[in-house]
Amino acid sequence: MPMAKTIFEKIWDRHIVTTLSDGMTLLYIDRHLVHEVTSPQAFEGLRLSRRKVRRPDLTFATMDHNVPTDDRRNIQDPISKAQIEALAKNCREFGVRLYDLESAEQGIVHIIGPELGLTLPGTTIVCGDSHTSTHGAFGTFALGIGTSEVEHVLATQCLPQKKPKTFKVEFTGRPKPPVTAKDLILKLIGTLGTAGGTGFVFEYCGEATRSLSMEGRMTICNMSIEAGARAGMVAPDESTFRYVSSGSRPFAPTGQALDKAVAFWRTLPTDEGAPFDREISIDASKIAPQVTWGTNPGMVVDVTDRVPGPDKVPGYSRKDVEQALDYMGLKPGTKITDIKVDTVFIGSCTNARIEDLRAAAAIFKGRKVASGMRVLIVPGSQQVLKQAEAEGLDQIFKSSGAQWRQSGCSMCLAMNPDQLKSQERCASTSNRNFEGRQGKGGRTHLVSPEMAAAAAIAGHFVDLRSWK
Amino acid sequence: MNSFKTHRGLIVTLDRSNVDTDQIIAKQFLKSIARTGFGEHLFFDWRHKPDGSVNPDFPLNQPRFKGASILVARNNFGCGSSREHAVWAVQQFGFQAVIAPWQDRPGGRVPGFADIFKNNCSKNSLLTLELSEAEVEEIFQMAGRYAGLEATVNLDEQRLTLHLPEEVSFHFDIDASVKERLVHGLDDIGLTLQKKAAILAFENKHDVQLKS
Repeated sequence: MPMAKTIFEKIWDRHIVTTLSDGMTLLYIDRHLVHEVTSPQAFEGLRLSRRKVRRPDLTFATMDHNVPTDDRRNIQDPISKAQIEALAKNCREFGVRLYDLESAEQGIVHIIGPELGLTLPGTTIVCGDSHTSTHGAFGTFALGIGTSEVEHVLATQCLPQKKPKTFKVEFTGRPKPPVTAKDLILKLIGTLGTAGGTGFVFEYCGEATRSLSMEGRMTICNMSIEAGARAGMVAPDESTFRYVSSGSRPFAPTGQALDKAVAFWRTLPTDEGAPFDREISIDASKIAPQVTWGTNPGMVVDVTDRVPGPDKVPGYSRKDVEQALDYMGLKPGTKITDIKVDTVFIGSCTNARIEDLRAAAAIFKGRKVASGMRVLIVPGSQQVLKQAEAEGLDQIFKSSGAQWRQSGCSMCLAMNPDQLKSQERCASTSNRNFEGRQGKGGRTHLVSPEMAAAAAIAGHFVDLRSWK
Repeated sequence: MNSFKTHRGLIVTLDRSNVDTDQIIAKQFLKSIARTGFGEHLFFDWRHKPDGSVNPDFPLNQPRFKGASILVARNNFGCGSSREHAVWAVQQFGFQAVIAPWQDRPGGRVPGFADIFKNNCSKNSLLTLELSEAEVEEIFQMAGRYAGLEATVNLDEQRLTLHLPEEVSFHFDIDASVKERLVHGLDDIGLTLQKKAAILAFENKHDVQLKS
């Protein structure tokens, strides 16, 4: 009888080109996604060594990090503009397909991959971006890489890799609305710590994982990296097949090819009894809405909690907590619901898909944002933008007093004009609350879209479960 | 790619855990399309006060650490964004090695460096060296006690020696593949391209599942 395997091992095994003498594996890459920030030096490396892109047909580029979300055709920052132009030039020179600012399919790289049908079960995906783990929601082995590795994949379509270990993350029970996928993943990161997954690939499973939509699964897989994991995955099921076969996904199989693909995809889920290197189980029915209080995503508590004291945080030294509280301008013992925010950002590769916007709109509808509150709502792609406008969500946001923007990474990482000023405090649906991440001196609290929307209305965090 | 065998240099300690790549190289410096010029921007927001002046409290700004080439920090160094610019910044500032502690936790050993950062280092011959928490704590203590503390990294023997009045040495583990690349300065892409026949054979039987 063949050995029981995890989904990760099945995908790994079918992508082994050869085993290298030093114990590494040369792994084949099915899709290489490229954006403007981590690619220029890689293309330059190819030029210097007179190498070509081996498989331009498997390489797809877009522009997202530097893109202004108000007037996208008018990039004021000359260095941002140069980076955008460099990508366009590199794509022309090397024959790579580019979804540029004029494209109806442009968007955040991890949002357009699934939209275009590039992200499929059983494949390998890399991108010079740590949030590539997002694509694992489809039962894909998807990992973020550095620029040297981007060049490696451009030149060879392969990547030498050390096989990661496997980590089973089971979410049992059902999350009680308004608890979302975002709360589940924040809870996990808070439990494991930001390095608890280093060296592992997560496989999310259990009733709660199954009950999530594909978009919710993407939110969870997206933040796997914040627990240190190499990648996160969810085994494909009927929800996956429905997503891939619905809408207009130009690169996804259709007709007979789809039937054949689905038959293959059904063989991917982890076999009964397959061993994992580590396992954790969390009861999702007991998870409360989560809010981060510190300067990394593991510094997180329930909305009903208080800001912890320096000796009260497992896994962090007194100094870690003091530095975080000092930067965040918070005092131990403050109720989370007493923390006032002045900025709300709803967007990013974590939470800028249509379901995120619908959930936020349901809260904004018929309400006004608090006085003086700056609210940015940034769809993850042009397709999400169009869908939201077709449903009238933009009107709901605008009549609440929120700003409706064009697609891009926006305030997730402050490489474009959307930034926090020093000491501004933001309820953000993005993935990182690092010092300065959203702008120098800016203070970030990570939350779900629903929690961010409610904070925009109330002016402070609220427990959605008891909020009027 | 440079090769690395032994290195002796001045130690600087950075008493921070979870140092993320956003801190190592801030977003405004990622817009360069060149591979050089990042060193001066290393830890920019920590090296400068809000008004833009130099922060004299930050270790890298202190005269006693000028010219340091071995950076010692706390656990989970290099977490966050995959930006290789972080590695270029550390290296171009003048560091040849970074030291961080692994931690013993109930579920097993937690590495001292984040995965992508560590990979990126290996592609640039920047040595990431992991010791136990107690050993790293000892380096912090000694660097505090002895101004100008130097250390020698011997990659071949996998040994770090602190040049104290009475020398102290620590053994460290390192992946054979990473060591090989550091010692010989191998061109990774060149090596993979030598496997062209294997890649072609693989492509002939493999379905990439792309509708054309």
